[in-house]
Parts: sequence; C-alpha cells; structure tokens
Amino acid sequence: MLSLKLAFKNLLGAGLRTWLNVLALSFAFVLIIFYNGMIDGWNRQAQRDTAAWETGEGQFWHPAYDKYDPFTIEDAHAPMSEDILKEVNNHTLAPVLISQATAYPQGRAMGVILRGIDPEQEVLELPSSKLPQSNGTDYAIIGKNMARSANLEAGDKLLLRWRDKNGTFDAREVEIAEIFKCDVPAVDNGQVYIALSNLQEMLAMENEATLLVAGATFEMRELDGWDFKDNEFLLADLQQIIDSKKVGGSVLQGLLLIIALIAIFDTQVLSIFRRQKEIGTYIALGLTRAQVVGIFTVEGGAHSILAILLGSAYGIPLFLLLNKNGIGMGYADDMAFDIPVAEAIFPYYSLRLILITILIVIVTATIVSYLPARKISKMKPTDALKGKLQ
Amino acid sequence: MKNGTIISIDKLIKQFPVGKSHFTALNGLSLNIERGEFMGLVGPSGSGKTTLLNIIGSLDTPSQGTVAVLDQSISSLSHKQSSKLRNRHIGFIFQTYNLLPVYTVYENVEFALLLQKLSASVRKKAVMDALEWVGLTDKIKSKPAMLSGGECQRVAIARSMVKRPDIVLADEPTANLDSKNSHHILQTMKKLNKELNTTFIFATHDEKVMQYLNRKVSLEDGQIVKDEIIENSKN
Repeated sequence: MLSLKLAFKNLLGAGLRTWLNVLALSFAFVLIIFYNGMIDGWNRQAQRDTAAWETGEGQFWHPAYDKYDPFTIEDAHAPMSEDILKEVNNHTLAPVLISQATAYPQGRAMGVILRGIDPEQEVLELPSSKLPQSNGTDYAIIGKNMARSANLEAGDKLLLRWRDKNGTFDAREVEIAEIFKCDVPAVDNGQVYIALSNLQEMLAMENEATLLVAGATFEMRELDGWDFKDNEFLLADLQQIIDSKKVGGSVLQGLLLIIALIAIFDTQVLSIFRRQKEIGTYIALGLTRAQVVGIFTVEGGAHSILAILLGSAYGIPLFLLLNKNGIGMGYADDMAFDIPVAEAIFPYYSLRLILITILIVIVTATIVSYLPARKISKMKPTDALKGKLQ
Repeated sequence: MKNGTIISIDKLIKQFPVGKSHFTALNGLSLNIERGEFMGLVGPSGSGKTTLLNIIGSLDTPSQGTVAVLDQSISSLSHKQSSKLRNRHIGFIFQTYNLLPVYTVYENVEFALLLQKLSASVRKKAVMDALEWVGLTDKIKSKPAMLSGGECQRVAIARSMVKRPDIVLADEPTANLDSKNSHHILQTMKKLNKELNTTFIFATHDEKVMQYLNRKVSLEDGQIVKDEIIENSKN
C-alpha cells in the first residue's frame, strides 16, 4: 500500500514524462482491445451469417459427399425417407440437391454449382420463396456477387447445361427471379439456386438430396444413411481463417506494446540513475533495499494502471460508438475475403478480452519496470547517497 | 541526563578497494559516545568523518573491529535489521537536505513514520510536533522546491526528529547554508538535544557548528588525533 502510494506520488510528480509513457501504453491497450474486439465481432457475425444462410444447426451429408471434392457431387445423392420428408414438411429440415453445371451468361461459359432448394423451406435465410413453383418457366435466384460476375439482372435469362444421373447432357434456360444480398461467399459465388423439384426432375433424381440442413427446431438424432456434421466441423475453416487473422494482428499489437514498454524501461533506467540520492535517502530512512526495489517496480508498473484509466477515458466512448454504428467494411463488398464480411462489423468486447488485456498490460509493464529496478539491490547506500554510481 | 554509552567503537578499520590495492579510510579507531551528547567529528576532507558516520548509521560496515550502536553490532546486522535500526533509532541530516521532491513538507516528515505502521492520528500529531520544533507549521503544504535552503534543512531536521530517535547523524548540515540559517538550525538542534536527550553527532569542518559542540573529536588520516570536551559551548 505504501509502495503504491509512493509510486503514484512519484509518477504524478514526474509530470510530462509520465504522461507520454502512459499515453503510448494506453494506445497499445486500446488497440489490443479494439483489434481483438473487431476480430471477435467479425467472427461472431461470420458464424451467425454462415449458420443462418448455409449450415443451419448442422447438416446431414450423403456419405459420399465431400464439399472439398467436386468430383464427389456426382455420386452424392440419395432418396429421402418418409421420416425425413415429414421433417421437411415440418420445416425442420431443408434438403439441398447439388450438381455441377455450366452457365452461359451473355454467351460466356461459366462453371457453376446448381443447388436445388425447397421454395417453402424455413431453415435457411435464402429467399427460396422467390422461386415460383411453375408457370411454364424455370426460375433461379442468385447472389449479388454471382450476378455481378455473370453480368445478370433480375428478369434476365440464363442458359444452363448439366449432366443428369445417367451422364446425359441437357440444357435449359432459366429466368433470374431474384438477386439476393448475402454476406456468405460460399452461398453466393458461383451458386445458382433453383427449386428442388425442378432440379430433381432435371437430374432425374426424384425425391433425392445431397444434404439436409437442420433447423433450430429439428430434434437432433441420427438419420439412417446420412452423416451428421455439426457446426464445429462446418465452421472450422472459418475459425481457422479468423484465427490466422488474429495472429497477424497480434504482431502489430505486440510491436506497439513493445514500443510502449521500451519507453517505460528507458524511463526506469534513467529514473534509477537520476534518483540515486533519493534511493539512498529511502534506505537511510529505514526502507530495506527490497522495499526500494518494490517502490520503483510498482512505480513503473503503475504506468499501466494510469494507461488503463486513460485508455478507458477515450476508449470506452470510442468502443461504444463503434458498437452502435459498426465499422464500415464497404471495400469488402466484392468478397475479396474468403469469409463472410458484412457491410459493417460490430466489434464484440468480451469481459474475458478486457481482463486478459488488462493483465497483459499490467504484467508486462511491471516486468520491464522490475528489470532495471533490480540494480538497486546491488547499490551501496553510501554511494547512492552521493549519487556517484555509474 | 546523560545515561550510558550509546555507541561503542573498538579498533575500527575501514578500507575501500582502489584498483588492485585499497585505501584505508579509518585506521584502528576506538571511541565511546554517551547518550545525549552533542558532539562533532571534525577534520579535513578525507579524514574519515563521513565514513565513520555511515558506519554508525549502519549504511556501511566495518572492515575490521567492532561498532556497537544501542548494543547492536553493526557487522552482524542483516539488511532488514539494519533498516529497522535506522528506521526506529537513527535520524539522518544531509548536507544537501535529501528531501523527496514530489512530497510536501508534511509528507516528507511523515515518511519515516509510515514504515512504523502508526495510526494516522498518531502520525499527524508527531509530524505537527516536529514541524513546530523547527517552526515550519505554516509550510506543511509546500513542496521542497518552494522552500529556501534553511527551510529545507529545517524540514530535514523535523524528518530526522519526528520518530524521536536515539541518535541523529548530521553530515555537514550547514555547508549549504548562510550564517544566519546555520545558527538557526544549530540552535534548533541544540534545543532538541536538551529537551529530548537525543544524541547528535556531526561530521563537519564548519567553525559555526563547532561553537555549539559539547565534545569535539578531531580526525586525521582515519585516526583520532584529539578528543576534547567543551564546557562552555554556545546554546
């Protein structure tokens, strides 16, 4: 308690030098929370969007299906049992039939994935209800980026060519019924959605599906002939990308923290050199050398407390503002990233993130303060009083 | 009210390494100091005054011989024990005052008591008493930078006396003061010596200080060359 009181007295007494160090450290403190909060917010948003648009509460895959191997698509389909159809009708499962195809927008050839989706499904946020069941025309819905890359607009016709179950090529023109906006690249890029029954008929795979997406109300259980993949598995790639971005960001945070810590270290070295008489006086007044080391260590470490207070003073309003308005990510609209990026990311500042950051800042500042302060324990008090140590 | 030996020095030798050789600062010095003395170690620079003062104050240790302060052998004290001895029983007054610059007058004086874990009210009374002795009760909120040299040294005296030590060690306390301030602080110390029976030991070659001493021990080349009692010193 005495050390803390003395430390703050000395720190505040040092004036501008203290506040410059505190400012630098507070930048590091705020930046670490800001960056990690942004990544965590992005992660949450990406996971939420991916679950809402693509993975639901998990998926049942045909055993032959491997989303990383397009050659498996041809054989990855099976009829849905009565039990499954009942769940589909209850909107607890959304069947998806997948096939490779070639689209010919404006005469260009373009590889696409055809996805048959039940227009009445309520499991995913896909606007499948925009797929008219039948009026003599086949309809498709596509994402904004797909529309941009294929130069398509709602109402345009698109020629599709595919091979059916028997390997026979077939072709058909579909009309773009809707262009939807989705932040999940895997749902948008190169994907063409048509009504499930249409695709089943086109592929001669009546009542078949490649995978079944489970909704929130699906009573989880095993389905014969289908392999369940939970969201931990389905979102693993996303988590890996987010983690790698976190590591990249931590290099920058580390550098900033190191610069701030070097400033504190430098101040401590200088302080111990310049305040030798004071150190000698402390010892003459009856403090042990360990207590004096403690005072100087706490004094250096107390920079972190002031930095946290200062950082909170400008960081909290800034974070609240960002939390309210989000951080615009308009440049990412073309899906340059492989992960879902919304137009605005809303940072997420967890208590754990804040506590860990506070701990890192306090511990590192205390360590760099202790290192030069150790020298005091080797000082002869008589030399310190004369201020003649080098 | 003099009552017994408070410091006992026997065949004290203190050597400092100088390159591969060593320099002998104190050379077989023996001396007894009684409680309540107002005495000075006098002599030219390099005669060993400050070294002796540092050893008595347990800031340094003898190379050979024994020094006992309040029946505690300085050589055998641990860091913790010597810190406790300084904190409870010894006050220091330095030539350059050595006040802590970021603290107020009050806090500088209070500092020595903080280690003794006294209650705030006891500390406050002791600090105000000490500041009253030196006539600085109107400056309690001032920082050292706002005080004159004489005032700084009076704060240093208050700081050394606030814990009512048995011994006060003053190393050239008047060296940075003008004549008027020197006499003022010496009179203050003499008064405290009489009222509280505190033993004052000066290291000095200032004639003004010598006028107040009851005992003058002259050192030369680390040895006592003269030890005289002065009956009619200034008060």
